[in-house]
Amino acid sequence: MAVAVRPETAVEPIQVTMTETAPGEASGKPVANKVTIILAHGDFESVMAAMIIANASVAMEQETNIFFTFWGLFPLLRDDVRFSGGNVMQKMLFGMNRGGISHLKTSKLNFAGIGPAMFNALRRKYKVASAKEMLEIAQEMGVKLYPCQMTLDLMGFKPEHLIDGLEPPAGAAAMLGFSTGGTTLFI
Amino acid sequence: MALAVAQTLDLKGLSCPLPILRTAKAMKQMELGELVEILATDPGSVPDFNAWSKATGHALLEQTEEGGVYRFLIRK
Repeated sequence: MAVAVRPETAVEPIQVTMTETAPGEASGKPVANKVTIILAHGDFESVMAAMIIANASVAMEQETNIFFTFWGLFPLLRDDVRFSGGNVMQKMLFGMNRGGISHLKTSKLNFAGIGPAMFNALRRKYKVASAKEMLEIAQEMGVKLYPCQMTLDLMGFKPEHLIDGLEPPAGAAAMLGFSTGGTTLFI
Repeated sequence: MALAVAQTLDLKGLSCPLPILRTAKAMKQMELGELVEILATDPGSVPDFNAWSKATGHALLEQTEEGGVYRFLIRK
């Protein structure tokens, strides 16, 4: 049986011009860039990854934004906030999923909090900062933190339930606006 | 010309992204042209400081390793 083979001549070799200097390097001034992280998950590993990348990015002098949505919004709740919400469903949701960046659960091997306790013990042993510490440093370094307006409404969170120093709540269009032209990461 | 180091940051034992972060924070307080010496033990700090230097334009003048301690000399 004949197999159709794309003729090799049809593929033009791609010419890549390599320059000695990266863009902007010649002028001595690096190219300004920005990183936007969309944090949609609230588990230990996702929040840690978001915090580490955001802090590395702001250390690289890049404009850094984090958009906190759905489960990702829970780490922005104050650690001491317990029952939130206006209706039974919102209260139940909050009762079963405590907010606050100090109460993160791992997506695997959580074992009613034993998993995160073990990871935190390892984290301290290897001198990795906690998510809470990294969130505080991120704020200090100028990372902009945007809570998702729709999630706030859906979950029944009020502004007083959230930590201080956040940007005004934003929507998807606003997020697409401030992320345009930079690197966008979905976690 | 002798290289006068304005300050030394002892970041031994710290893990990613703290070495870069502490350096970036210290840089904010420094004057243009000043030198900072970094001591770190995280092996990841080698590619991290190289990438960081390229991205920020702060010159990585020297990098050496001795007994598991990485030393970086950076000029703002």
